[in-house]
Order: sequence, then C-alpha cells, then structure tokens
Amino acid sequence: MVPPNQSRALFRFTVLVVLATLGLVCIGGLVTSKGVGMSVPDWPTSFGYNMFALPVSTWMTGGIFDEHTHRLWASTVGLLVVLLTRWIGGIESRKSLAIIGLVEFGMGLTLVASFGIRWKGEGHFLMGIGSVVLLAAACPWKSLPTSKTAIRLSWLAFWLVQAQGSLGGLRVVLDQWAVAGTTGGVLFGMIHGCLGQLFFALVAALAIHLSSAWKPTTWQPVLPLSLTLPVLTLSLVFGQLLLGLVMRHQHAGLAVHDLPLAYGQVWPDLAPEDLARYSRQRDEIEPVTAFQIRIHVLHRINAIVASLAVLTLFLKTRFLPKGHLLSRLSQIWLALIGVQFLLGILTVYWNKPADIATAHVAVGTLSLATGLISFWVAALTCSNPFSSVSSFQKSSNRVTPTSVGHPHPVT
Amino acid sequence: MVTESKIMKNTLKVGMIAVSVAVLSTSAAEVTGKIKLVGDAPPAREITPILADKFCGPLHTSPVMTRTYLVGADKGLANVCVYIKAGIPAGKTYAVPTTKPLIDQIGCMYEPFISAAMVGQTIDIKNSDSFMHNVNCQAKINKGFNFAQAQKGQVNGKTFDKAELAVKLICNVHPWMSGYVHIFDHPFFAVSDKNGHFTISGDLPDGKYTVEANHLKSGTVTGDIEIKGGKATLNLDLAVK
Repeated sequence: MVPPNQSRALFRFTVLVVLATLGLVCIGGLVTSKGVGMSVPDWPTSFGYNMFALPVSTWMTGGIFDEHTHRLWASTVGLLVVLLTRWIGGIESRKSLAIIGLVEFGMGLTLVASFGIRWKGEGHFLMGIGSVVLLAAACPWKSLPTSKTAIRLSWLAFWLVQAQGSLGGLRVVLDQWAVAGTTGGVLFGMIHGCLGQLFFALVAALAIHLSSAWKPTTWQPVLPLSLTLPVLTLSLVFGQLLLGLVMRHQHAGLAVHDLPLAYGQVWPDLAPEDLARYSRQRDEIEPVTAFQIRIHVLHRINAIVASLAVLTLFLKTRFLPKGHLLSRLSQIWLALIGVQFLLGILTVYWNKPADIATAHVAVGTLSLATGLISFWVAALTCSNPFSSVSSFQKSSNRVTPTSVGHPHPVT
Repeated sequence: MVTESKIMKNTLKVGMIAVSVAVLSTSAAEVTGKIKLVGDAPPAREITPILADKFCGPLHTSPVMTRTYLVGADKGLANVCVYIKAGIPAGKTYAVPTTKPLIDQIGCMYEPFISAAMVGQTIDIKNSDSFMHNVNCQAKINKGFNFAQAQKGQVNGKTFDKAELAVKLICNVHPWMSGYVHIFDHPFFAVSDKNGHFTISGDLPDGKYTVEANHLKSGTVTGDIEIKGGKATLNLDLAVK
C-alpha cells in the first residue's frame, strides 16, 4: 500500500483546495476592491432565497455577481476542506466528524424549529453544513490516516473555514453595527480578510507538507542561519498584510496620490489646514483623514523594510545546499515581493483599478504563505536563537516514522 | 349707539391689523438667494463603469459624468444645501411636512444627487430601473439600513430620527451610484437649483438669522440675514476645494 503521505491523489486534491482557496481570496479581494460586499443585503440567504437557488438573472446583475459568486465559491471551498479533513484523517476521523455534524445539524434544526422565520436562513445554513459533515463521516472509504501534523493542520483548516464563513456572514449581517469607533462591516471585513489569507497559508503549508518536496530528514541543519531572520521577515510581511487590510477597509488606498513621496514629503504634515489642502487635491468628495494618510504611509514604509528583510533572507540562504527547500522558497518569496512592490506602485499610479488592487491582495497572500512555509522549514533546520540545539535536531528526536507507514519523520 | 358702533369698528380694524401683522411676521417668510462658486471647478470625470455595465450602459447615450461641482449660469452652484443655522425660536417645534421628497434610482444614478428632509418626514426611495438596486444608507448619527429593490417602480418610504448632514446612500450593486440626504430638525432648508438659486420658505418670524450653505466638496459658508416683512435675500460664495 502506498503510504498516505506519498499519495499523489491526496497531494493533488490538496493542491486543488489551495487553488480553490486562492481563487476565493481573489474573488473576495474583488468584492472589497469594487465595494460590492453589501450588494446582497442578507445572509446566509440571498435576497431571501436559499443561497443555492438564487435566480441566475439576479446573480448576473452588477456587483451581485461578485458577491454571490464569492458565497458560492466559499461554500465549495468549505465542502472541499471537509472532504480533505476526512481524507487526511482517515477512517479514524469518522467519529469526530459524525459528532460535529450532528451537533451542527441539531443546532440548525433548533434554530428553525424554535425561532421560526427570523432564524430560518441561519438554521438551514447550519443544517446544510452539518449534513455535509455527516456525509463525510458516513463515507465508508477506509483511507489510512496520514501524519499527525497533516491531521492537525487539516482539522485546523476544518474549523478555520467554518469560522471564516461565519465571519463573512457577520460582515454582512452586522454591517451597520457600531463597534469600537467603526462599524461591524469594517471590523468583521478586516478580520475576514486577514483570516482568509491565513487560511490560504495554512492549506498551502499542508500541501507542501504532503508534497514530495517535504523531506526534513534530508535537510541539513543550517546552524549559521538564525531563526530570528525568518521570524522577523514573516512578522514584517504579516504586519504589511494587516496594514494593507486596514488600508483597504478604511478606504485609504488612495489617501496619498503621489509616489514615492507623500504630498511631497517623506512623512506628510497632518495639521488640519494640511488635510484640507490634501482634500482639495483629490477627486473624492469625502475629505482625507490623518488616520488614512498615516496608515497609507506606514504601508509604504513597511513595504520597503519587509522587502529588505526578504532580500536579506534570500542572500543568506544562497549558501544553502543546492535544491534546499528553504533556498527555493526564499527565491520564490523574493520574486513575489518584487511583483508585489510593482503592483503596489501601479495601484496608486493607476487610481486603484479593482483588478490591480486584487492582484496586489493575491500576491500578498502568496507572499504570506511562502513566508509561513519558509518559517516552518527554517524552524526545522535553522539554529534556534533561544537554544543551542537546532530545531531540526529536536524534531528529529520526536520522529515516529513507521507507525502509520510514513516515509519520513512526522513533524 | 353710534359711539359703540365706532368703537366696535375701530376694535375690528385694530384686530385685523394685528392679525395681518402677525400673519406677515410669522408665516410665509421667504429667504431667497444664490450660491456662487469662486474659482474654476475641476472638470467632471466620466463614470466609466456605467457604460460598461450590460444593464446600465444601454440606458445612456452619452458619457455620464460625476456631479461634484455642477456650475450653472453666472457661476451659480447647484446641489448646495442651504438652511437656517441659528435664530430659530428656541424650543419651538414644527410640524413634519406631509410632502415626501423622492429619491429616484434611474439610469443607475441617484436623482436628485442631493436631497433634504426633516426629521420624521417620509422620503420615498424609488427604483425606476428594470433591474435590482440596493439602497445602503451609511448614516453616522441615524440608524442605517440596507435593502434591495428588485422591481421597477418599487417605492420604499424611509424616515430619519435625528438631524444629520450628508447622509450617504449608495448602491453596492452599482458602486458608482451615490446620493446624499441632509436631515434637519426644522423645515427651513432648500437645495440650490442648477443655477445656484435657492428659496427657503416657511413659518419664520421677522428677525435676524444665520444661514449656512453646505456643499459636499466646498464645505460650508455662513451669512447673516434679517427677515423683514417676511422677506430676506442672501447671496453666498463658496470656493473651489
């Protein structure tokens, strides 16, 4: 029997999940870039219809197309992740899935039965999710479980995809809710955007873990390279993602129109009279705020710092053995950062066209995933600044390679 | 008898004069004027997505432009909301007008771009297009709302509970669509026409008032008036910003 970790079919299916998730991130990015997130005012129903029964003529109208496609695509990704969890978890996952499915179905049924029309849509939605999970549990396929790491990651993906779906719903349902000086729409929109990118990074890491490139036993400990640099670089890129999210949801993408300076300065003056002057230079009716400018400029500055960090990591990993995964990842990361830099510039120069802004989000997501996987590989190979023993050496001591037929250490 | 009759006649005359004065001083006051734009307005931009949309595009035969500055004859500025800012008798309440301002979604645009209404006054929001629009009200003081209008001719009445300037309405189905409505706790407001003219009329007694003009991009400018015999005139200038 082919060990599950080496199953090409499982790897390919995981890649399908990764690609579907990337597509979902792109559509979500388009929804935000075009400002059409609230074109369907209700959730989980769409204009009162069951989400899957919305008339095509309505679906094809303006921004409804983007928003409703986002919902349907998200549902598909959710379904794929449930199947992936079942596949990776093997026959042992059936019991857990059955319990979860029953609980979700029961909660949905309770909502429908107890609260009537008001919670009918939510109830049916939960019942639908519960049904899918129950079907996965009922699947008699006797696949073997894969590595513990893969199982843990798939369960994390299982919960995250459901949390992500709920956050997307809250973003719609609580759009007008005033909270912490902003609205539920903005707050949940930002969390939804952030979690979506983290979810992509997670499934991408899972795919790499299941790929033939994942051979920790062959990776030499890279003692001269401290783990500090990958951690710092990943933190900077994640910080950049957060700044970008705030910028997008606070409509600060065009808060500064000129490049590379901002209103002719490195850090623009932000006195009220300056803000009034900046607002006069803009086409937009709403005046620009100091917060929007600060976030925008911080995003630019951090872009430079994060790029330098990625470049440094690339230079440091050049001396790794040929074909080392960390070396390859740092090359990819640097290329992505270069493209990302260009897309950021074009977003401002071309007045934030939706496709370019969305490409900026997509490449940022790929960059985060690359960073996360790089960090994971680095954690297994680099010297730990807090310990004299490399993480790889530690993980090697925890190897249980043969219990379920793993060809390499379970990490 | 003659004396009594004369007294009665004089009393009636005095009474009529008093009523006339009262009527003149407390009703049908009219404040008129013109808002002018100082400086050259930046050129309007074409709303390009509208022509690209398969439903909205065919409804227009010429480019649709932004309406930030609409300048008419003699630099008159349209879409300026003009209202009594100060001087209204304190504590006085006013009946909510029974008229219903109409905000129409037609040709994938809000018409009018700028509206005004009183707290509690019903605003009719209509969809004159044969396809879906949603009306997403992004009020900051009032409670917002978001609802869909799928049918041509569908009208939904909406009211606001609190005074608030420039409540934004947007359609997310067609995200270039936006309109604004100003809400006041009195009925003394108007929106300037295409040549910048405005008329505020209503139950305002003679006296001194402050008038404010609000343009979404140019900001606000105020001026003082004195209503005498139910009439006052005020011209205000707004600078390009």
